[in-house]
Amino acid sequence: MSRTPILMQGNQAIAEGAIYAGARFFAGYPITPSSEIAEECSKKLPKIGGVYMQMEDEIASVGAIVGASLTGVKSFTATSGPGFSLMQENLGMAIMGEVPCVIINVQRSGPSTGLATKPSQSDVMQIKWGRHGDQAIIALAPASVEECFLLTVKAFNMSEKFRVPVILAADEIVGHMRENFALPEPGEVEVVDRKKPEVSPDEYRPFEPQADYVSPLASYGSEYVFHITSSMCGPEGFSNNDAEIATWKIDQLHKKLEVHRDEIVETKTFLMDDEPEIVFITFGATTRVARAAAIAAREAGTKAGVLQLVTIWPFPELEVIKYGSNAKTIVVPEMNYSGQIAEEIQRLLGYNADIRRVNKYNGEVITPQDIMKVLSL
Amino acid sequence: MRKEVILAGSGGQGLVLGGVILGEAAMLEGKNVVQTQSYGIATRGGFSQSEVIISDEEIIFQQVEKADVILTLTQETMDMYKDTPDAVILYDSDLIEAQSGPQFHGYPFTKMAIELGNAGTLNVIALGFISALTNIVTLDSLRTVLTNRFGKKAALNLKALQKGVDLASSLNQKEAIS
Repeated sequence: MSRTPILMQGNQAIAEGAIYAGARFFAGYPITPSSEIAEECSKKLPKIGGVYMQMEDEIASVGAIVGASLTGVKSFTATSGPGFSLMQENLGMAIMGEVPCVIINVQRSGPSTGLATKPSQSDVMQIKWGRHGDQAIIALAPASVEECFLLTVKAFNMSEKFRVPVILAADEIVGHMRENFALPEPGEVEVVDRKKPEVSPDEYRPFEPQADYVSPLASYGSEYVFHITSSMCGPEGFSNNDAEIATWKIDQLHKKLEVHRDEIVETKTFLMDDEPEIVFITFGATTRVARAAAIAAREAGTKAGVLQLVTIWPFPELEVIKYGSNAKTIVVPEMNYSGQIAEEIQRLLGYNADIRRVNKYNGEVITPQDIMKVLSL
Repeated sequence: MRKEVILAGSGGQGLVLGGVILGEAAMLEGKNVVQTQSYGIATRGGFSQSEVIISDEEIIFQQVEKADVILTLTQETMDMYKDTPDAVILYDSDLIEAQSGPQFHGYPFTKMAIELGNAGTLNVIALGFISALTNIVTLDSLRTVLTNRFGKKAALNLKALQKGVDLASSLNQKEAIS
């Protein structure tokens, strides 16, 4: 990171990350607390041969990025809860059509329009299950401005590599926070492009079965003429209701992520080298308060550490079991009522595990004191 | 070295930008900075604040926990913060009831900015005052940030900065006399 650091906002770092990853098409409907992403894209994309499109709503926004991506251009949109709800239908189509695209969800308080300017982490389950039908998706959650950038690049890389929509599950805290950040030089961070067909246009099928479960994707408008449908389809991409085809297709949607699980799932640990008795399991902005609390707990004489789930979907099951099983107490801070991540951890570690939830859902941030309270330290 | 600053008031008073300018000045001095903001749904009016943490170390928790300096520009925010221990508290004396105690510094910041020709320079006057009164950032760093950021409008901002500095130095003289 050799460039001069500047005081960069998380949302700005997301826009920069997208451009760095090669995105050249943004379609969206600005909404707090994600609007700066659209703003940055409207200024920057036209100058580098890209397109910024202001849409009539979020349904159309995903329609536009799916279409643009199929022409071979890396495409994305940015929104928050109310817009993310509207995007679900076309997001389902993108999953079924195996169309690479990135959706940034800078989470804010809900339900519905909620507290428009306040942070939340309550879309965890909506990201996974917001659409009907069996499906698998990738979601990443940044805890800093640097991660806003790097995980946006990773979101595009994963999306391109596995032909799957990727959600960047940011939140108002990281989206609006400013920190020192130096933009990496080109080439410093890996950028991945989708596999292109090596067969002739006559032989090309958009869902050709592959050993690694990822079929090469040609571009609309090229000599490759092909069809994508939201209905069940075989390798040729036309609607097909055979039971055998349906089994193959649903397997395909899941297996392409299952077999590449280790490449997709990313976690980070802090102060975890000495098998601490207290383990904070976190994602997104609340990682920061947990790290502060772990340091405070150690100062008070109790060994504590943090496991940060950088990837939240697919869920980092192996890592949670590895780092959580030997802990005496697990603490899961989340800006939601229902403990959406805590429930997943409970499922893995069992209902007898001492899992303490710290939930705040009033728009205020979780403080180190909130955490110390559940630990009685 | 770790310093925490809160700029609090209502939407439209330039508090977020003020925090960004302060943070950028600290970065020029090689510091780590985290700037956060909290605001309501209105573009103008309603509670708004900007927090800046400046440190030689990595800044882990992103919110201010022990403010060193607080600027309050509404009665609401003064009421929120007036009992903060060990903090220097600046306030607009035209907008907020007079406060007694050595930690309080009340001046008609808004009026002074309007007299300079632009109410928007209020945040910069306050930053000049903070810089002169404390060692959080140097005046030179603030000048550099203002010059880079405002281009043609830098002159007015530099004048506003100086106004804040003069205000603080007149205060220091007064203290020296008493």
